[in-house]
Amino acid sequence: MAGTVIPFGPQHPVLPEPLHLNLRIEDEIVVSATPAFGYVHRGLEKLVDIRDFRQMIQIVERVCGICSMIHALIYCQALEGLMGVEPPPRAGYLRVIWSELHRLHSHLLWLGLFADAMGFESLFMQLWKVRERIMDINEATAGNRVIISVNVIGGVRRDLDPGQTGWILAELAEVEREVNAMSRTILHDYTVQKRTRGKGVLSRSQAMELGCVGPVLRASGMAQDMRLLGYAAYGELDFAPVVEQDGDCYARCRVRFAELGQSIDLIRQAIARLPAGDISVPVKGRPAGEIVVRAEQPRGECLYYIKASGGKFLDRLRIRTPTFANIPALTVMLPGMELADVPVVLLSIDPCISCTER
Amino acid sequence: MTIEAEGIESRELCRAVAALKEKGCRFVTITCVRADSEGAELLYHFDQELRLSHLRLAVAGDEVPSISGIYSAAFLVENEIQDHFGLRFAGLVPDYRRTLYLQGDGSVPPLRRTDQPEPVKE
Repeated sequence: MAGTVIPFGPQHPVLPEPLHLNLRIEDEIVVSATPAFGYVHRGLEKLVDIRDFRQMIQIVERVCGICSMIHALIYCQALEGLMGVEPPPRAGYLRVIWSELHRLHSHLLWLGLFADAMGFESLFMQLWKVRERIMDINEATAGNRVIISVNVIGGVRRDLDPGQTGWILAELAEVEREVNAMSRTILHDYTVQKRTRGKGVLSRSQAMELGCVGPVLRASGMAQDMRLLGYAAYGELDFAPVVEQDGDCYARCRVRFAELGQSIDLIRQAIARLPAGDISVPVKGRPAGEIVVRAEQPRGECLYYIKASGGKFLDRLRIRTPTFANIPALTVMLPGMELADVPVVLLSIDPCISCTER
Repeated sequence: MTIEAEGIESRELCRAVAALKEKGCRFVTITCVRADSEGAELLYHFDQELRLSHLRLAVAGDEVPSISGIYSAAFLVENEIQDHFGLRFAGLVPDYRRTLYLQGDGSVPPLRRTDQPEPVKE
């Protein structure tokens, strides 16, 4: 039978955002997958021509809603590096707390969507119910649920008082209890196992060669996590990357599930060690030079390149988001899969198309 | 402040990238710093155990050798640079021919510096 090309997306029930895949199929088996984009490209990097370097914080926060805080964090760290600014220690710990809250709500969102992609709607609802606790913390501490706008060049703009940190710890204890109650379903349910084990397998060498990042890379046996670079206050906290060996959709699910507990632990450590003092330092002058800065977003390594020449506007801003790095792996994961498994394998990289196209 | 990057010429690029792959480096991305009528400047970023290394390539024209034959993952960023900066990557597979984001209608690459006056900044 001759191969058939099936256009998968840009509108598809499993896709929250528009991504298109040309799937060449033979007897319901994918032979090749070619991605296509261009449905939500916004040209945000071009805005450095008309928005000054301080206004660009608001722009980079909108590269992606789910990792908005960490986009602003990387951008501010890059400018702090160029301008020779050292944020106060308390700001570093606060950045860790909000970063890990973002990782928590991102992973809970993904686990829910992943359950939905398998048709497990009750699990999807339960996970998103738990996620609401994190969104409430964001709203109570920063005034917004998603785009929380706490980063400024030189530190953060909001502080946490002892009452808030105590309430956050109590909420996280509830999140932990509720997530643990679902762990048996998420990790051991027959349907979940059937739909994810042995699907979309990526070996360690393939993941490295394809430039994968984040949970996709760690699920293939690579202990690489940009938080080990020690930015913000990560260098003073105890943690080790979560690693799995099988490289399939189930392993990627296990990594993200385990990272929920890791994020809760990191927030507890950060609150316990939160130093007193200022939350930002005054910053004067304009950036000059070039710098590359990386940080770990929920989906993996994100890289910012900035070039400036002492003016109000940057010469170049380049953003390499984690999904952009993980998309090429789909061209290896999907061939050999049944057509019915494509949504599950696709979602296993936690694709963010707004990030990818910027 | 500037990035410590090894300067490299077009004809040496593929050999240098292949050597980094041999050393076990992970391909991170390519940054096109600038492209205009005088040429282009690109930075190639690689990671090995959380340490970044960079190659800086300066080209006089619009053609750059593709590294997609060495690191297949490079196809996506090379196609993006073709769209955004109007460069052409020789040997790029798959080559979207400037239709990754654009319509392929020959419109001006949006991030390429032109000889036209700069827009008035707010």
